[in-house]
Amino acid sequence: MASLITCPHCGRRPKEEFSIRGDAVPERPAPAASEEAWHAYVYLRDNPRGNIREYWHHVAGCRRWLVVERDNLTHAVFAVTDAREAAKGGTA
Amino acid sequence: MRYSALSILRQALSGNRGWKPVWREPQPKPHYDVIIVGGGGHGLATAYYLAKEFGIKNIAVLEKGYIGSGNVGRNTTIVRSNYLLEGNIPFYEFSLKLWEGLEKDLNYNAMVSQRGVMMLAHSDGQRDAFARRGNAMRMHGVDAELLDREDLQKMMPYLNYDHARFPIKAGLLQKRGGTARHDAVAWGYARGADSHGVDIIQHCEVTAIRRDENGKVTGVETSKGFIGCNKLALATAGHSSETARMADLRLPIETHVLQAFVSEGIKPVIDNVIVYGGGHFYISQSDKGGLVFGADIDYYSSYAQRGNLAIVESTMEEGVSLIPGLSRLRVLRSWGGVMDMSMDGSPIIDRTPIDNLYLNAGWCYGGFKATPASGFCFAHLIARNEPHHVARALRLDRFERGYAVDEAGKGPQPNIH
Repeated sequence: MASLITCPHCGRRPKEEFSIRGDAVPERPAPAASEEAWHAYVYLRDNPRGNIREYWHHVAGCRRWLVVERDNLTHAVFAVTDAREAAKGGTA
Repeated sequence: MRYSALSILRQALSGNRGWKPVWREPQPKPHYDVIIVGGGGHGLATAYYLAKEFGIKNIAVLEKGYIGSGNVGRNTTIVRSNYLLEGNIPFYEFSLKLWEGLEKDLNYNAMVSQRGVMMLAHSDGQRDAFARRGNAMRMHGVDAELLDREDLQKMMPYLNYDHARFPIKAGLLQKRGGTARHDAVAWGYARGADSHGVDIIQHCEVTAIRRDENGKVTGVETSKGFIGCNKLALATAGHSSETARMADLRLPIETHVLQAFVSEGIKPVIDNVIVYGGGHFYISQSDKGGLVFGADIDYYSSYAQRGNLAIVESTMEEGVSLIPGLSRLRVLRSWGGVMDMSMDGSPIIDRTPIDNLYLNAGWCYGGFKATPASGFCFAHLIARNEPHHVARALRLDRFERGYAVDEAGKGPQPNIH
């Protein structure tokens, strides 16, 4: 894993400043959505080997939620985006 | 060949030139009754018990690499059954009982050493929690003893009892717990399965799962061509999501890397397995003298069999805060293994919604101790199509039914289990 993560707000920071929430691909269903939809959201994961998108929280920095795009086999980091910006762009 | 004192003597007198390979290297047949994907400890144990206990003879184990190359050779070799929850205790106790008879059963020296597993408590609350756990164990007939600080000081004088933040208050001891030689477990099960006619096919990677028009599994495409089967059993923990995807199945699993370490060899000092309750550090001493230890997973999902330096540092810090003398030792090697981290920290041994497809997955970082029971219960499920009674809580659909087996009470967050 890369030792430095480039936060869009704080610049290059040590990885240990961040807390990792997990897969950024599942989308939160509507509150009244079916049990199947909620089960899939809470529990099921694609868990691919290769390129993934994850929610990271810069807890020891700007405290913003970020979307980190990286390869979980080579540990290369491709992009770090503010989660709000990513959501607006419809890519998170 | 059966091993005995006589066979060792006879080989010694003839220059040890008569030892034979302990399993065959067959070419795959066109069709098997059962194909097991994954030649790790669990896959080999499954094949062994299927053939020996459940009378199924036409079995293949397909392994992408070589026997012993995966997590069965990458763990810290601890065996124990000191669990808290109803769904877990009988399963792990069944496993420990199988460990106790394993070497005789396999006629193979797996170096099972019941040296005792000690879990340390560092606060009054943690001592109470351990008392509760010990009581839960004893109610299931599992041995557990709650020791106080004075008992511990006699047993383990080298621990840091007066740490400012994590003083040692008590310890929960399971005397029957201990360690086993992990490579020998793989080799012993492989030899046992082979002697019951199981084909162990190494360097054979499964690339696709073939299904008929009704969705039933009929076989696998592999790097050695198509192989047909009546039943397909996946035992590929670490990569379960990838293998299950070949059958369009999504699992409640995320893959993470766990690191392990070994120090230079020293004279015997640590007699037991010690688990640090102030962190997640655990340590034992191998028969060669090296201290074998580890701690937390790396927190980010990873399929790489290597970890990052921050966890190396925190593992060493935990170790030295518990055993100050460790700071004088050098670490010889470290390595990583990839884990199926499940959504409740417990494993899955179950049928799947797909006909003829069976799943053994989600072992988190507790798979080694479970090897015998995992194999036995998975074999039971495959042969009889119903779960073994000690594994009936470990169902794939437990999350949607609301019956998660969450030993640590952490919720559906795989990186903190």
